[in-house]
Amino acid sequence: MTSLDPIQVFRTEAAELFEQIEAGLLDLLHDLSNQSQIDAVFRGLHTLKGSGAMFGFEALAAFTHHCETAFDRVRKGEVPATAELVACVLDAQDHMKALVDTPNGDHEAAGDVLLAKLQAAVGGQAARGSVVPAPLAAPVEKVTAPAPAAQAGKGFRIVFRLPVNAMANGTNPLGLINELHDLGTCTVKADLSRIPTLDTIEPTDLYVGWDVTLVTDKGRDAVEDVFIFVMDEMELAITEIGAAAPAPVSESAAVAAPAASPVAAAPAAAEPASRAPAAAASAPQPADAKHGKTAENVRVPAERLDELMDRVGELVIAQSRLSQLAGSSADIQLRSVSEDVERLSGELRDTMMVLRMVPVGSLFTRFRRLVHDLARETGKVIELETEGETTEVDKTVIERLADPLVHLVRNSIDHGLETPEDRVAAGKSRTGTVKLAARQSSGEVIITITDDGRGINRDRVRAKAESSGLIQPGQQLMDQELLQLIFQPGFSTAAAVTNLSGRGVGMDVVKKTVEALRGVIDVKSEPGKGSEISLRIPLTLAIIDGLLIRVGTGCYVIPLSAVEECLELSVEEDMRSRGRSFISLRDSLVPFLRLRDLFRTGTPPDPFQKVVVISTGDERVGLVVDQIIGDHQTVIKSMSKLHHDVVTFSGATILGDGSVALILDVSHLVQVGQNQEAQLRAAG
Amino acid sequence: MTAHILTVDDSASIRLTTRIALTGAGYQVTEAVDGLDGLGKAKAGSYDMIVTDLNMPNMNGLQMIEALRSSPAHTGIPIIFLTTESDADMKARAKAAGATGWITKPFDPEQLVKIAKKVLGR
Repeated sequence: MTSLDPIQVFRTEAAELFEQIEAGLLDLLHDLSNQSQIDAVFRGLHTLKGSGAMFGFEALAAFTHHCETAFDRVRKGEVPATAELVACVLDAQDHMKALVDTPNGDHEAAGDVLLAKLQAAVGGQAARGSVVPAPLAAPVEKVTAPAPAAQAGKGFRIVFRLPVNAMANGTNPLGLINELHDLGTCTVKADLSRIPTLDTIEPTDLYVGWDVTLVTDKGRDAVEDVFIFVMDEMELAITEIGAAAPAPVSESAAVAAPAASPVAAAPAAAEPASRAPAAAASAPQPADAKHGKTAENVRVPAERLDELMDRVGELVIAQSRLSQLAGSSADIQLRSVSEDVERLSGELRDTMMVLRMVPVGSLFTRFRRLVHDLARETGKVIELETEGETTEVDKTVIERLADPLVHLVRNSIDHGLETPEDRVAAGKSRTGTVKLAARQSSGEVIITITDDGRGINRDRVRAKAESSGLIQPGQQLMDQELLQLIFQPGFSTAAAVTNLSGRGVGMDVVKKTVEALRGVIDVKSEPGKGSEISLRIPLTLAIIDGLLIRVGTGCYVIPLSAVEECLELSVEEDMRSRGRSFISLRDSLVPFLRLRDLFRTGTPPDPFQKVVVISTGDERVGLVVDQIIGDHQTVIKSMSKLHHDVVTFSGATILGDGSVALILDVSHLVQVGQNQEAQLRAAG
Repeated sequence: MTAHILTVDDSASIRLTTRIALTGAGYQVTEAVDGLDGLGKAKAGSYDMIVTDLNMPNMNGLQMIEALRSSPAHTGIPIIFLTTESDADMKARAKAAGATGWITKPFDPEQLVKIAKKVLGR
């Protein structure tokens, strides 16, 4: 094929195509369902038609078009390939050869006969009505917009935005703008409003739109031709300027106004520039609305929230000073302002709390992997159930709870759940269940870890506690007291320290962590049925409702959530309980601590002392105080490093008058009370 | 620098016509005979533009365009496809695959050169 005459090349090519088509058709006669031959015949006919049209073989192209259409339908499964159809196309092929050899010969009648047969063979309307070959597509596909007479128009305003992937798909916007420049004098203004922030930008995407004012004597067709390849996917508004033509819908506002002003080159350049923002504002509104949506979430560094929290805390303190001042003033207006500030700062505090809340689900998800790994390690079949993932807790609480929860879940799986064999032997399903649940209850979040395993073996707990000297041999203990022993330092019931639990971190550490969060840990267990460990944690660590009390000359805060009741210590009871430190509270004896003694105030007691009964779960203790002052919104400040070993207090707060009040560590005081009771019992 | 254009077509006569038109306008032309050949040459060489037929054996034009666009090195190369079908469906599919523009067969060599200039931005 050395010829450089395309027509000669086409003839050679056509001969090859005929061979290819014929071979395909003959193969099809043997196997009418051979898809690859159907495709090959179609492709041959298609190429023949396309190339024929290129080189002036119009009759061939028109005739072949019908055969191609027939095979296209076969290819798409619309009609079956039949022997009749194949024979028909074989005949048609001979006709096509004649059309190549003598393109100017009179072949029309013969062609019509063949086309009629072909139509019968495909049994459709494919060739009907077009026995006279239909003209092929116009040589150059034109955008046939009914060009609204490009009357002596002065030009166009073209606002366009290409699809974002236009550049990736090979369209160069600069080329389009250059083409517009070729049409006349252009003023180009870029619309940068949709360029995203650097972190979300896709380097190959196109975010820029353009607003072009073109002064030209060319028609709208010429402008549309520039955009022919992208017209279908782009935003394009072409408005005539200079004539009082009815403006297209989307642009009406922007264009109608300046219609009166002469559109000479200079004003034309200035005007649209100033109008562009208006157009930009009106056109891309949907996109802006979308942006607005994504802006509903704002990511803020956690430390900024902490800072804000500190400010709110200071505000609450300042507010309590104001309240104190106002309370002692007769100025009605001052009092009213003070009440407003009090209400607002309370609301601000509540809003602030909500800001710091994160769903506990983020904590739960990490357990799926843990349970999966543990199941593999232990050979136990475990299902993890979670409940209440949407319960929200202060983020600091969540962070600090992670390790204790891991330990508790490990414990449940290691000590609680039995092997599948043991479970079946005990009449349970093979699959052991560990359930993590969270719920909110009056200012606290309650997280429970439940398993349906063998439960805590009391005898082993007792044996272990006796051997490690935690209790006296044979000492009488309530069931709950016995269970609480597992939280004692150095206590571990696992006969051998397994790989899972018992690696240094004991239940005592879990308990300490929970208590450091001012929370309470509880355990319930039923032999053979399973155990439940529940953590009750305050929702937030930053501000609490406290009960302000006075002991001697100092003020102290007791977290209100721990306070069960307040009562008066009658003189008789006071006298009677000397040396024993119990009060009888509705038929039960509650140990109490005289804070005046504990803090060594050295002051004479008030004549009417009060008892504040506090509890941690099931254990209670009474605190004897001199005066109960009342509720106090307590902004918790942690103790300095110098005081890190102080156990009686968990923090401090600043009162309205600027003085400092220490916050009592409830769990520690309950422990002290209980120990004191135990000693007295042991002694008595 | 002369722009280098890769033409992909299974029809020798169309390839020849394309070559005559494009070299006449001062472009350098390399030919490939089907999609597979085209893909190999496009990946091996460096081209400023690709002109391809859609209906070809071995690998059709659509598949070749998709394969090219999925490779980051060939993002942004203008790809013009030849189509005989006035079939809007085919055009839409080629555009969706990442083609830049099209030219409808039968075409006038001048028309091809005009489109090459348009797409190459001169």
